[in-house]
Amino acid sequence: MDFALSAEDRAFAERLRAFFTTEIPAGIRERLARGEDATREDIVTSQRILNANKLAVPNWPVEWGGQDWTPVQRHLWSEEMALAHVPGPLVFNTAMIGPVIATFGSQEIKERFLPATANLDIWWAQGFSEPNAGSDLASLRTTAVRDGDEYVVNGQKTWTTLAQYADWIFCLVRTDPTAQKQRGISMLLIDLRSPGVTVRPIELIDGGREVNEVFFDNVRVPADQLVGEENRGWTFAKFLLGNERTSNAGLGIIKTRISRLKRLSGPLLDEQPLLRARLARLEAETMALEMSVLRTLARESSLPKGQPDPGSSVLKLRGSQLQQDASELLVDVLGPEALPYRDTAADLPEGAADAMPRYFNWRKATIYAGSSEVQRSIIAKSILSF
Amino acid sequence: MELELTEEQSLLGETIDGLLGKRYDAATRLALLSSQQGWSRDLWRQYAELGLLGLTVAEEYGGAGMGIAELAVVMESFGKALVLEPFLSTVVLGAGLITAAGSAQQRQELLPKIAAGEALVAFGYTERGSRWSLSDIACQAEPDGDQEGGTEGGTEGGTVRLRGEKIAVLGGDSAGYLIVTARTGDGHVGLFLAEAADPGITVRRYAMQDGLRGADLVFDGAAAVPLGPAETALATVESVFDTALAALCAEAVGAMERMLWLTVDYLKARVQFGQPIATFQVLQHRAADMYVSLEQARSSALVARLAVAEAAGGHPAGAGDTARLRRTVRAAKLQVDGAARHIGQEAIQLHGGIGMTMEYAVGHYFRRTSVIAKTIADTDLLTEQVGADGGLY
Repeated sequence: MDFALSAEDRAFAERLRAFFTTEIPAGIRERLARGEDATREDIVTSQRILNANKLAVPNWPVEWGGQDWTPVQRHLWSEEMALAHVPGPLVFNTAMIGPVIATFGSQEIKERFLPATANLDIWWAQGFSEPNAGSDLASLRTTAVRDGDEYVVNGQKTWTTLAQYADWIFCLVRTDPTAQKQRGISMLLIDLRSPGVTVRPIELIDGGREVNEVFFDNVRVPADQLVGEENRGWTFAKFLLGNERTSNAGLGIIKTRISRLKRLSGPLLDEQPLLRARLARLEAETMALEMSVLRTLARESSLPKGQPDPGSSVLKLRGSQLQQDASELLVDVLGPEALPYRDTAADLPEGAADAMPRYFNWRKATIYAGSSEVQRSIIAKSILSF
Repeated sequence: MELELTEEQSLLGETIDGLLGKRYDAATRLALLSSQQGWSRDLWRQYAELGLLGLTVAEEYGGAGMGIAELAVVMESFGKALVLEPFLSTVVLGAGLITAAGSAQQRQELLPKIAAGEALVAFGYTERGSRWSLSDIACQAEPDGDQEGGTEGGTEGGTVRLRGEKIAVLGGDSAGYLIVTARTGDGHVGLFLAEAADPGITVRRYAMQDGLRGADLVFDGAAAVPLGPAETALATVESVFDTALAALCAEAVGAMERMLWLTVDYLKARVQFGQPIATFQVLQHRAADMYVSLEQARSSALVARLAVAEAAGGHPAGAGDTARLRRTVRAAKLQVDGAARHIGQEAIQLHGGIGMTMEYAVGHYFRRTSVIAKTIADTDLLTEQVGADGGLY
């Protein structure tokens, strides 16, 4: 698909590839290439190298370390990083709270948080979902009541990814219980070491513990950790979710999984026409997705920053399905070797231990960041005008 | 990135849409379908006047010298209007093969006539039992016994006699010139050019399942001349097929777009249980999935035409690169066919009974896309081709 890119963009991608494959430690990249999860240390090491070279937050304003890149260049940056098995900069920092603070925060909050956020000196967690606020996020109930110079926060967040590593959490909290549900929400920055905060891991069907419940019991939060104005949190949340128009396609994830399963399949692909056929269909659909991403990027230049493109729902919807298909195909490539549970045996061949857990774990892709059903409703409403 | 159409290309599309909007309403098309000819000579002349019939023919032969991008624009518009005229057979396959394989004299003789709308061409390559194979054929090109000094194998420029049969030849009903594949004495599969009026050719005309016209052709010693050397004939055909597949992708996208919006509009208009059925979420979500398929197909069609452009005007770095671009085009067609199947079947289902009728448009689009998915190759063959030699990524 290189032929869809201009010569300048191809050269740009090559420069990044050279950087990623020489400057990020080979040990980290090899672990990721084998399918292992990046450790906290891997992610921090990688992001700090990227940040030192102005490659951690290219989507931020230039004055806070961003790059004046085109949408296509930003896409190539993310794509090349994935293909080089570099742990991407922490999305909670670089794609979520960073841009919100840079756009809506006071100068004081910007200076306090942006440099540390870019360098991963602060590890952020995302405090949006609650037990009774999933797809219907605006029904969230965690409250923040103003008391002098502080807010007192009570409630519970859930599905909080990697909160076990996090220092801070950006939370949507209800500050006006009388207002219509979207209008009474604010965004608060909360230090997870504050008294009254409890983080409890949730074990998922793959045996992993990447998500958590976070409980707030009379947690006192300084009022200067409010982002922007009170009761405007919903606007910030929509901005945050609308900013990433193409990354939810997961193109880099799909491509690295395809190349990994090709590598691990050995002679199987030559011997098994049915497997080859399933892979061919997956690749054809992925190729279409790649062009859909490029078309969305071409549109992006004509849309105001932060305005959602309903077309990106196509990318999330189909991309998440393909990520799942790729993880399922890898299980089939491994056959019976995929069956032993990861903690029970040593000395398993590469891929054997994590293929099935990954397949289980990746059911999440069609649930998070706007479930497939939510995406279909967006398309039905915004594009088909139902 | 040149993903968007240029202003000229958009204008071309609008011009054709304008013409077809006026001349191809449902009633007119239905009348054409059941007419003896099955398509309109009058529109064919208008296509010629608009320069569409010489669109991809070089300027030195009276054409416009355009590329796959313009061809795709035309095909998408044709897909939207469900055009019945033999454009694919004459312009894409016929002129394509003559340009790629014909001698200077053959090009000079035929291409200007095609561009002017005076010559129709059909390409026969399928036989009973050959399925999609270009080489598993029984049709023979025998040296012409009447001709003195016929060269070895009879394929080096001299006349041959064709024996055999071709089936499901698109545009074979009306073409004056027939290009066929046939096996030569030395075992190659060559391309041969015959005139349909030859007494050695029997043409059995019929309508295809989508209403486009075609024919079975029986050759019983018909005179023909080689179109290019037999040694490279199959490679030439594959390359012209790449262009045709990209063109078919564009046509299918035009048809799918119409099917989606016909369905969406119908859901909004159809009242059951006291409300428009568009209010039912189960139907909204199925229409949303159709939209996803359409967008993915649109992307595939774009990939196909960019790959063909790269292979033609670009700089393929050797045989490996050419094979990779070919797999790319086939993958695009594979994806488009799957998307068209999804959209077409759902369009009928969501319409309910009315979608089953000949009177209503949506079924005609479904018929066309179903045939497009069985033109040149089918899903199984495309899947095999995409998966060969390591696939795409």
